Amino acid sequence: MNYQLEELLICVIARLLEADPAVRHVAVGAASPVPGSAVLLCREVTGGRPRASIIHGETNNPFTDGAREIFDCAGQGRIDVFFLGGVQIDGQANINLVGTVGEAGYPEIQRRFPGSFGSAYMYFVVPKVILFRPEHSRRVFVDQVDFISAPGVSEPDVHRPGGPKFLVTELCLMSFDAGRKRFRLESVHPGHTVEAVLDNTGFDFDMAENVPTTPEPEPERLDLLRTRIGAEIGTTYPGFAARVFGVDVQAMEARAI
Amino acid sequence: MNIIENLDALAARVPDGAFVAMPPEYSWVPSSLARALIAQGAKNLHVLCVPIGGMTVDMMIGAGCVATLEAAAVSLGEAGLAPRFTDAIQTGAIRMIDSTCPAIHAALQASEKGVPFMPLGGLIGSDIEANREDWKVVPDPMGAGNGPIALITAIKPDFAIFHSPKADRHGNVWIGKRRELMTMAHAAKETLVSVEEIVDMDFLEDDALAAGTLPNLYISGVAEAKSGAWPSVLHGIYEPDRAEISDYAREAKTPEGFQAYMERTLARQRPAAAE
Repeated sequence: MNYQLEELLICVIARLLEADPAVRHVAVGAASPVPGSAVLLCREVTGGRPRASIIHGETNNPFTDGAREIFDCAGQGRIDVFFLGGVQIDGQANINLVGTVGEAGYPEIQRRFPGSFGSAYMYFVVPKVILFRPEHSRRVFVDQVDFISAPGVSEPDVHRPGGPKFLVTELCLMSFDAGRKRFRLESVHPGHTVEAVLDNTGFDFDMAENVPTTPEPEPERLDLLRTRIGAEIGTTYPGFAARVFGVDVQAMEARAI
Repeated sequence: MNIIENLDALAARVPDGAFVAMPPEYSWVPSSLARALIAQGAKNLHVLCVPIGGMTVDMMIGAGCVATLEAAAVSLGEAGLAPRFTDAIQTGAIRMIDSTCPAIHAALQASEKGVPFMPLGGLIGSDIEANREDWKVVPDPMGAGNGPIALITAIKPDFAIFHSPKADRHGNVWIGKRRELMTMAHAAKETLVSVEEIVDMDFLEDDALAAGTLPNLYISGVAEAKSGAWPSVLHGIYEPDRAEISDYAREAKTPEGFQAYMERTLARQRPAAAE
């Protein structure tokens, strides 16, 4: 079967959302076309679950109370799933979105990245945070991050209804156990090996003796992605929809006029 | 009092060293006003991005207008890293105050309410919080059983600046559902707004319009600037000019390329401002 890496990752995330009936409302942050497509795909195949809110989206953006509303909405417990990434992610699921720090220590920065966005809040209040970082390498998955934009776990007295549950990369799916403060390898994507995951991960993680292979994208879901979902996500991410799904939204809009 | 003036006069109201709050690229960023500030040689500004920045603040940093920046992030979105911001941080050319989106909103809401701080969940154990001397983590003050909580010091900018599709003849400004512009204006001492057009009506006479209107009570200056958010988006009016933004992303990677870009873009703006 022919499919692109992004299509596989979308199907992996969609299955995570579909498997948990507690997932009623998923919010997707800025510049997140893969998670955004996964939410729309899940909604399509389940016949309407979950509600999808795409920040800055041209469609699926229900917010009317300004930029703070998504955070307030999450604080109220109305958002069940959110996605975060990281320049670095370590074995305790600490995420760094700020950059690499040298021996002089922060605020001196060696390589600066955009910044922490809303992570230092959303990681605490959204029950199921899915970490999404396609690049699976030792420069990303480190033993200890240089700067903690948001911590993976908190002291028992800190109010924390939310936190990391899964990590999706180009090589594999991992889950995170906050009690053990460790990731666990759940499945390795087709064409890759457990050895490749071990070689490219800078932290220790748990795994079963026999790690399953991630299922390939379901053909009917690929069809949906390359038609209806592609057209819908393309209103917010036209470049992505054209490159991955071959859906040219601008041409479709021109024809509609 | 007539608060309607021209764009250069509006920019001239911002003195060197002022503390200026501005919205991100998707929320009616005042690009023309920022270019007017650059053309006037604004210096030592303390800029607050509400809550993130893009090409506009990147240009201000590259042009040497900014001494201190507070933001939750700065990036060009799909066009990649913000080149002048990245360079300025890596060379230590500006002082960076790293924040997180809801903390910036909460700090402005504290000023909006006239209280000195606002509590906010999360944050504890983050290096953002660890490096903020103006934030404080206190033990559960109400005994509500929710553990320690972070207090965010109120932020009161000297100026809030933004762009909007329209103002009425009294200088009331339409903000629609961009409510963060309302919060920014309530929190700031003064608000300066550029608009696509000034229309001969009174927005406050119609409840449907009034609900999305920032009244002139909070506004000290309004100026017309056609395409004033360009090359960024003004939702419902024009789309982002993605080709221009990617030209900038490519050219501004070096100081020389940035200089050449700015000479071109400022030359393009000057005749419009002089009309």
